[in-house]
Amino acid sequence: MTAPPAPPAPPGPPWALLAELTHACPLRCGYCSNPVELVGRSGELSTEQWSEVFRQAGALGVVHTHLSGGEPLLRRDLSDLVAAADGARLYTQLVTSGVGLGERRLAELTGAGLRSVQLSVQHADRVTAERIAGARSFTAKERAARLIHEAGLPLGLNAVLHRGNLDDLDGLIRLALDWGADRIELANTQYHGWAARNRAALLPTPAQVERARARVVRWRERLGGTLELVWVAPDLVDATAKPCMGGWGAVSLTVTPDGTVLPCPAAGTLPGLDPPNVTHRELAWIWRESRAFNAFRGESWMPEPCRGCALRTVDHGGCRCQAYALTGDATRTDPACRHAPDRPLVAALVHGAADCADPSAYGYRGGGR
Amino acid sequence: MTAASPASPATSWRPVLARGVVLRHDPVRDADLLLLPERVVVLDGSAGGVLRLCDGVRDVAAVVAELAVRHPAAPVAAEVPEFLNRLRKEGWLR
Ligand code: SF4
Ligand code: SF4
Repeated sequence: MTAPPAPPAPPGPPWALLAELTHACPLRCGYCSNPVELVGRSGELSTEQWSEVFRQAGALGVVHTHLSGGEPLLRRDLSDLVAAADGARLYTQLVTSGVGLGERRLAELTGAGLRSVQLSVQHADRVTAERIAGARSFTAKERAARLIHEAGLPLGLNAVLHRGNLDDLDGLIRLALDWGADRIELANTQYHGWAARNRAALLPTPAQVERARARVVRWRERLGGTLELVWVAPDLVDATAKPCMGGWGAVSLTVTPDGTVLPCPAAGTLPGLDPPNVTHRELAWIWRESRAFNAFRGESWMPEPCRGCALRTVDHGGCRCQAYALTGDATRTDPACRHAPDRPLVAALVHGAADCADPSAYGYRGGGR
Repeated sequence: MTAASPASPATSWRPVLARGVVLRHDPVRDADLLLLPERVVVLDGSAGGVLRLCDGVRDVAAVVAELAVRHPAAPVAAEVPEFLNRLRKEGWLR
């Protein structure tokens, strides 16, 4: 037995707020990490409630907000929300599919104080991109990128990577260069929410991952920093736990469309977390006192082998949501980790995926193939 | 590239924050911050004061001159041009 661990130190103020303004979305990406059961439009927070969230967040120490979704452009009051966040002195970044971002809308948003945009891309080839997204969207993205670039706003592309586009890494990077992006995030799929249903079809083969990683290294050498390349590693294939949000309840808060506040976007699935809601509680109390935010703060919750592992300050013991999804127990070492007792579960998944022949065989929200 | 060598940093450009970069004081942490699309840079003590002079009108020499008046004992001429050059290379100043 080890000595009883010290209780977690009181948290410093949070830096960032992920504001999931709506779950509605014109796209139906097979890799969507939003929950299977989405919040309906009538359950969303009002303009006033979101404005109050931004005000409280600013007072608490948040300086950065990602206005995300779903598709935030489906909120008709989006420019009011940008103005409210800007008024609370939050730096605002819009996270969008680009569908619905015309000239007028963008002008309204920048007028309201929008600082930068992150645009999702699925593939550099139009037909493949739209098959992955499950919707017509490529032309809208091209136009959005052009308008953002012309407006002089920083533009980041976000490509979620999986078996169906990992081999197109060069295409995605060229797209980012063509579209004048400052940055491209090459983020391997996180298997939460809807994506977990499509895990077998999305999981890449280890050989694909190796090829892609080597391409990233080559491109970094070639580009020398003119385009920032961010590689978010595939934890399951790499057998390496991903660092959870800089630590549970350490850096950021997520507010879902109905006002539920979570330490991480996927945490709504964890049993017994009893997540608080901004309509009942102040954000400051939620951050400091709520059970949800303290559940995995610090290290005292950690099991072996994390407890004695030098990497625990780097990866914080990996992903709680993944531990729960794969083992049914959120306190276990993330099975992605090569040292985890449950690693064989993941090894079987990775192995199984290599035998799954048809990469297009994933399910879309609302049905269809 | 227009950046000069560190030994003789160019002093004729007129630094101003790049688009999408915000300088603000954070009263909660009592620190000056540079806010960028995907990151936050916590500035050390005097850096915020230097950047507040970067208005796109003053050139580097004018920024240095102004700081030298405010902080007569500080090695501003030796350090400030290089500091500004570094931020320009990061893309935070233009
Ligand atoms: S044992 Fe735990 S702390 Fe160590 S690398 Fe694995 S997940 Fe991270
Ligand atoms: S628990 Fe998992 S999904 Fe949640 S933030 Fe941490 S790593 Fe991400």
